[in-house]
Amino acid sequence: MAVDQSDIEKLAELARLEISPEAASAAAQSISQVLELVGQLQAADTSGVTPMAHPLDAVQRLRADEVTETDQRSSLQAMAPAIEDGLYLVPRVVE
Amino acid sequence: MEWETVIGLEIHVQLATRSKIFSGASTAFGASPNTQACAIDLAMPGTLPVANEEAFRFAVMFGLAMNAEIGKRSVFERKNYFYPDLPKGYQTTQLAEPIVGSGVIEIELGNGERKSIRLHHAHLEEDAGKSLHEDYHGMSGIDLNRAGTPLIEIVSEPDMRSAEEAVAYLKKIHSIITYLGISDGEMSQGSMRCDANVSVRLKGDETLGTRCEIKNINSFKFVEKAIKVEAERQIDLIEDGGKVVQETRLYDSEKNETRSMRSKEVANDYRYFPCPDLLPVILDDDYIEQIRQSLPELPDAKRDRFVSEYQLSSYDAAVLTADRATADFYETVAKTSGEPKLAANWVMVDLAAHLNKSEQTLADCKVSAEHLAGLISRIKDGTISGKIAKQVFEAMTEGEGSADQIIDKRGLQQVSDTGALEKMVDEVIANNQSQVDNYKAADEKKRPKMLGFFVGQIMKASKGQANPQAVNEILLKKLDEQ
Repeated sequence: MAVDQSDIEKLAELARLEISPEAASAAAQSISQVLELVGQLQAADTSGVTPMAHPLDAVQRLRADEVTETDQRSSLQAMAPAIEDGLYLVPRVVE
Repeated sequence: MEWETVIGLEIHVQLATRSKIFSGASTAFGASPNTQACAIDLAMPGTLPVANEEAFRFAVMFGLAMNAEIGKRSVFERKNYFYPDLPKGYQTTQLAEPIVGSGVIEIELGNGERKSIRLHHAHLEEDAGKSLHEDYHGMSGIDLNRAGTPLIEIVSEPDMRSAEEAVAYLKKIHSIITYLGISDGEMSQGSMRCDANVSVRLKGDETLGTRCEIKNINSFKFVEKAIKVEAERQIDLIEDGGKVVQETRLYDSEKNETRSMRSKEVANDYRYFPCPDLLPVILDDDYIEQIRQSLPELPDAKRDRFVSEYQLSSYDAAVLTADRATADFYETVAKTSGEPKLAANWVMVDLAAHLNKSEQTLADCKVSAEHLAGLISRIKDGTISGKIAKQVFEAMTEGEGSADQIIDKRGLQQVSDTGALEKMVDEVIANNQSQVDNYKAADEKKRPKMLGFFVGQIMKASKGQANPQAVNEILLKKLDEQ
């Protein structure tokens, strides 16, 4: 299984990454090599094996429904580049 | 050509947990922006989610109420997309192994028929934050209080064939979640939100047409309108030789139209994968059985019980059990007054009209179930007539207290005292001699009808307070004596 430059460009767009055509082409080659390795793994016979959802053989512990977090807005917003009226400001997004 | 609309709904329901699905931040509605968004909700590096047991319990309650399979093993996955109100860059949700599998419920249609709607599945996920696009110097404001609020997304099969059926199904889901108490179901506050998948095909066709997903529908009324207007759009398009394109559309309630959300088209590749931060959740049979035992009586069971216990029609029982608050209110009135049919009339007619007119809910209405039961008791024991009862009810809605207090304060007791009534009858007879002569001259058969005139005069003179039965008796006697 191989990917080409257009696959990489599409993935870059989904990941909101800017990538030059040269870098995309190089990435297509190296990712294709990784996928060859995956291809070998996929060739193994896994019939009868339940797909693994997590590498740890453990189950999720659940917590009680209690409010344990207090308001930390001022310290958290001290890290933000732009805030107003308690809101985080970001470049305008409109549907 | 006869067209058929095919509809499937995706309903998002906010669960009424105190804390978020993966963090201990509060989920209370209406807090100041970002005061309930902790480091986990903000996706700070190094934080890890821990799942909330109550969210699972609520989801299982819902699954059991829908007669659905319960996922004893459920797995969280990451749905990847970029939007500023989703700080992690992915939504933690379920896909391949959801908490609730397929099920089925019945809806009531307007003509009294019932129809089964199949549930495809329901899964647990987290809500996103809110984006405010008002002017912040050309920027958008982000409030992450809602980020991480637990949701169940309820996905139906495309089993509905009209906007009315879709609304009936949505109302049924609303009724179930509020009966269970797992959500407040307030559509106006976004506690319940609905996306509709709509397609059209020629009646009799087996294959489904191309569907569009309509987002942003936030009331029962808009669900109906949005589906109708979208179906019309698709039919017009096809009849004009065009083709429906599969896409996400936004419903604009002001213009009553749907329009394309182009921005989402490219991004429609979510690259799901199992979330490495969360292990599979395993629920055992005992746990599920305990929840089954704790389920409250559900709308359908309550409806059937009202029919058998209170001899109500199936229709009346369905109206009264549509929401739990109304059902509980009715049942208190019925039991306290001992008059289930009269109670049904008062709740469905007078009380419903008052709530509708004053735009109140039962919770903020001043008429309590005990008050209404007291009023019905006073009608039953003859203290007041049905007509005076309406006046007393009016006063109750103004918060003037119980039926007895209002009747006393306003002196509305029915006059059954023979002496007082005889005096009134005498006066009416004396003032209407020509009618009395007519009555005497009339045929026996016509007399009961003519008697109505005199009763009317006396009721008028007594401002409606005369006991009609006593008046009748005295009148007959006095007229005979004439």
